[in-house]
Amino acid sequence: MSTDTTPRPADTLREGDTPAQAPPSAAVRTIGGVAGWVDDRTGAAKPVGYLMKKVFPDHWSFMLGEIAMYSMIVCLLTGAFLTFWFVPSAGHVVYDGSYVPLRGVSMSEAYASTLDISFDIKGGLIIRQIHHWAALMFIVALSVHMFRVFFTGAFRKPREINWVIGSVLALLAIIEGFAGYSLPDDLLSGTGLRAMEGFVQTAPVIGSYLAFAIFGGPFPGEMIIPRLYSVHILLIPAILIGLFTAHIGLVFVQKHTQFPGPGRTNENVVGYPVMPVYAAKAGGFFFIVFGIIAMMSALVQINPIWGYGPYDPSPVTAGSQPDWYMGFADGALRLLPGWLEVSAFGFTLSLNIALGALVLLPLVYTVLGAYPFVERWVTGDNREHHLLDRPRNAPTRTGLGMAAITAYSVFWFAAGNDIMAIKLGLSINDITWFFRIGLFVLPPLMFWVTKRICLSLQRRDRDTVLHGRETGTIVRTPDGRFFERHETTTELTPEQWVLVQHEAVAPIEIEAAVDENGVARKAKRSERARARLSRFYFADAVNPVTPAELAAAHHHGAEHEAIEAAPAGESAELESGEPAGRH
Amino acid sequence: MNEQDTTHPGSEVASTPEHGTAVRLDQGHVVGDGGLPERFTNPGLPEHVARMADLDEAAARRAEKQVATLFAISIIGTLAFIVCYFAISLETTIFVPGIGETSASNFALGVSLALGLLGIGFGAVHWAKTLMPDEEVVEERHPLRATDESRERVVEELRVGGGSSQITRRPMIKYTLGGALGLFAVPLVLQVAGSLGPMPQNSLSQTFWNGGPSGPGQDPTFVPLRLMRDPENTPIKAEDVTIGSVFHVMPQGLLPDPVTGDGGTPNLLEEAAKAAVLLMRLDEDLIQSQKQRDWGYHGIIAYSKICTHVGCPVGLYEQQTHHLLCPCHQSTFDVTQDAKVIFGPAKRPLPQLQITVDDEGYLVSAAPFQEAVGPSFWERG
Repeated sequence: MSTDTTPRPADTLREGDTPAQAPPSAAVRTIGGVAGWVDDRTGAAKPVGYLMKKVFPDHWSFMLGEIAMYSMIVCLLTGAFLTFWFVPSAGHVVYDGSYVPLRGVSMSEAYASTLDISFDIKGGLIIRQIHHWAALMFIVALSVHMFRVFFTGAFRKPREINWVIGSVLALLAIIEGFAGYSLPDDLLSGTGLRAMEGFVQTAPVIGSYLAFAIFGGPFPGEMIIPRLYSVHILLIPAILIGLFTAHIGLVFVQKHTQFPGPGRTNENVVGYPVMPVYAAKAGGFFFIVFGIIAMMSALVQINPIWGYGPYDPSPVTAGSQPDWYMGFADGALRLLPGWLEVSAFGFTLSLNIALGALVLLPLVYTVLGAYPFVERWVTGDNREHHLLDRPRNAPTRTGLGMAAITAYSVFWFAAGNDIMAIKLGLSINDITWFFRIGLFVLPPLMFWVTKRICLSLQRRDRDTVLHGRETGTIVRTPDGRFFERHETTTELTPEQWVLVQHEAVAPIEIEAAVDENGVARKAKRSERARARLSRFYFADAVNPVTPAELAAAHHHGAEHEAIEAAPAGESAELESGEPAGRH
Repeated sequence: MNEQDTTHPGSEVASTPEHGTAVRLDQGHVVGDGGLPERFTNPGLPEHVARMADLDEAAARRAEKQVATLFAISIIGTLAFIVCYFAISLETTIFVPGIGETSASNFALGVSLALGLLGIGFGAVHWAKTLMPDEEVVEERHPLRATDESRERVVEELRVGGGSSQITRRPMIKYTLGGALGLFAVPLVLQVAGSLGPMPQNSLSQTFWNGGPSGPGQDPTFVPLRLMRDPENTPIKAEDVTIGSVFHVMPQGLLPDPVTGDGGTPNLLEEAAKAAVLLMRLDEDLIQSQKQRDWGYHGIIAYSKICTHVGCPVGLYEQQTHHLLCPCHQSTFDVTQDAKVIFGPAKRPLPQLQITVDDEGYLVSAAPFQEAVGPSFWERG
C-alpha cells in the first residue's frame, strides 16, 4: 500500500515544529496494555493493523449494501427482543388484555401475545414496528444494492461467487420475511398462509403430501406457527448470517470496486482508510439507518394486526395483499389464466398456480444467479474487473436489466389490480388484461428504449470529447447559417477522462476455420450461438474516442461544425430555416 | 465486457473519414495512426483541494461545535426516552398533525430513540467530513490468484496425501466409503420427512358435510346436516332466505355455542376451512342449469365458499350481477351459471352443495359435496 501525501496547506503551519516527545498518556498506555495482552494470546495486531489501514472507495451507491446490512442488524436486535414476549403457539386462548374491541374473543396464543406486545408491554409496539420496518427496509435496500451491482457490472470476475451468495441472500430474505409476517396469526397473514397451502398442494404428484407435511396435517392445524417460528428465528437467520459473513468477507478479500476516474485504475483502490474516516462514516451511518427506521416506526403504523382480527379460515378482508416483496408472485397468480389447469387420467396439474407460486420464485433467482456466467461466456473475458462500468457503456446489459425490472414490476403492479380498479375507477378485467399483455410487450420495449438511451448517451460522451463544451454563443455565418460555438481543447482534460476510459468492444467473429483438406469447417453450434449472442450484445457498440479521433477532429477544427453534419437530404431542410449545428 | 485480448480494438467498425466531413459520431472508432496511442492515458489523481476547516482554525472550531451539538442532541434524545418510558402510560393517546390520534407512548419512545440514534450518526458523519483527513489514499491491488508454485504445491500435497492413504489403490475402500457417505444422511432426512405430518388419505376430498369430522383417517357416513348460520349457529328456514340475501353457513355440529363456547367439533378451524358454504337465493328464472336448479330448493342454492384457485374464502357477493369475487386473486364466479369461472385465474367452478328442507322446514344437506372443495391437487381426479 502506498500513501501519496502531497503536502496540505495546513501542514505549512506546522513547518519547523519539532514533534512533541511527550510520554504516552495514561489512556494510550491502557490501550497499549490491553491490546498487548490480547496480542500476546492471539497475534491479532497484524491483521487488525491491516484492517485499520484498509481503503474503501466512496460513492453514494456503495451505501445501499450498507443500508441492507444495518437493517438486517436492526432486525436481529429487535427480533431477539420480541422473542421474550411472543408465544409461538396456535393454542387456544380467550383474550382479556387491554385492547377492548377484542376482549372475550377466542384466538391463538400467538395472536394474543402479539396483541400484548402491541398494547400491554411498554415500548413493545415500537420494537415490533421497528422490526417490521427494518425488515421491509432490508429487502428494499438489498434489491436496490443488487441493481447497483448489476448495472455497474460489479458481478464480473472475480466477484461472481459474491453475486451468487447475494442472490441466495435475497431469496432467503423474502422467505424470512414471509415466515415472520405469518407468525402473528392474524386474519391477513393467515389468509396468506391459506394461499401458500394452496400453492404447495398444486405441486405435481407430491402436492397434498407436501402440504400435510408442512402443516403437520390438515390446514391450518396447530403446527405451522411453531414451525414457522423455528424457521424464522433459527434456521434462516443462521444461514443468513453465515452467508452474509462470507459476503462481507469476500468484499474485504477482493477489495471494493470503484467507479472510473482520474487516478482510479483497475490495479488500485482510491478512497479513505478505515481508521478513522471510513469507520466514522460507516459507523455513523449505522446510527442514521437505525434512527430513520425508529423515526418511521414512531410516525407510520405498520401491520396493525389488531384491526384484522384473529385468523379464521372462513372470513376474509377485501384487498388482501402480502408484504411488498411477495407482491410479484401474488401478481403472477392473478395474471395466469385458469385454462392452464389440465386434468387427464384422473390427475390434475394446476399450472395456473404452480407456474406463479412454485416455479417463478426459484426461476427468478436462478436466472439472476446465472447471469454473470452467461455474460462471461458471451464476452469470453477472463480478466479481473475492479473498475465499474458506467451503465451507458454496457447498453445491452443495462437494457436487459431494465427489461427484467419491468417484468418484475408488471407482476408487482398486477398484485394491486383490485386496489387500482377501486382507486382509479377502472374495470379490474381491463387492468388484468393490460398487465397480461404488458408482461410480453413492455419488457422488450423497455429493453429497446433503454438501449437507445444508453447509445445516445455514449454518442453524447463522444460528442463532448470531440467538440468540447457548448459555450452558448450562437454564430451566424455569412450565408445565413447558425451554429453554436463549442469550446474545445486539443488535449483531453482530466474531467473528460471518465468519458473515454472504457475499453472498445466489438462482437466476436467466428473464425473461418478450414480443415486439413481445405474445406471450410462448420463452426460448432455453441460457437455460432456465442457469436450470435455476441452480436446481440455488441453489434451496435459505440466505442470511446481514441486519441487519433480527437486529433482528427481538431485537424479539421475549422470545419468542426460539420463533424456531425447531416446527410445531404437533411441539410437541404436545414438550410431552409432550421438552425444547423444541433449539438 | 470487452475483446481487448482477441481483437484489435475498433478495427471492425472503423470507417475512413472523408476529407471535410471528419468523423461521424455514430461510426465508432478510427484506427489509431500517426504515432498516436490507441487509448488515452489516465491523467492521475487530481490535486487535493483543502477544505475550510483545513485552512481556517475558526472554521474547524465551528465544525467542532456542530459535531458536539449533534452528539448533545443524541444525549438529550436518550434521556427523553428514559423519562417517557416511565412518565407516559400505555393508554394515553395524542393528536399528531398529519398522523392523527396515535399512541403517545409509541410516538414519544420512537421519536426520542430516533433522536438518540440520529444525533450520533449525523455527528460522526459530519465529524468525518469536516475534520478528519479527506485526502484520498491509494492502495494497490494484487491479482487474487496465488502464485503458480503455491497452486502446484496444494495439488501436489493433495496428490501425495491422498496417495499415502492408498485410496486409489484400494478400490474396496473407495467404493464402500462412497456408499457410506452417500447414505449416512438418509436416516436424518427420513426422520424429518417421514414424521412431519400424517398422510392426507381422503381428507382433502371430504368435508364435514360428509356427515361429521373429516380429518385424515376419518370416514364419516352421510347424514343430512342442517345449514347453520355462522357464527350464530342457528338453523335456517327456507322462507328466511329472501331473494338477494346471502348467508354464511356451516354444517350442524361444527360450530360451538356462540355464547358459552361449548360443543362444536374438536378440529374447528380445519373443518371450517373446508366446510364453509355460501347460501343465497336467486330468481329461479335466472338459474341457467337444470342441475343447479335441482340441487337447490326453489332458487335457494348453496356453494362452497372456498375458492378453487388457492383456497381463500370467496368473500364478495355482487347482488346485482350475481357474481362471487375472491378478494385474493380476483377469480370471479357467476352464480347464475352454476358458479362457473368468468374471470381470473381459477379453473373450476365452485362446488355446489345439494340441499333440501327437513320436516320442520329447515334447510339441510341432501348429499355431501360431489368433488373436493378448495384448491386443486394432483390426485383430486
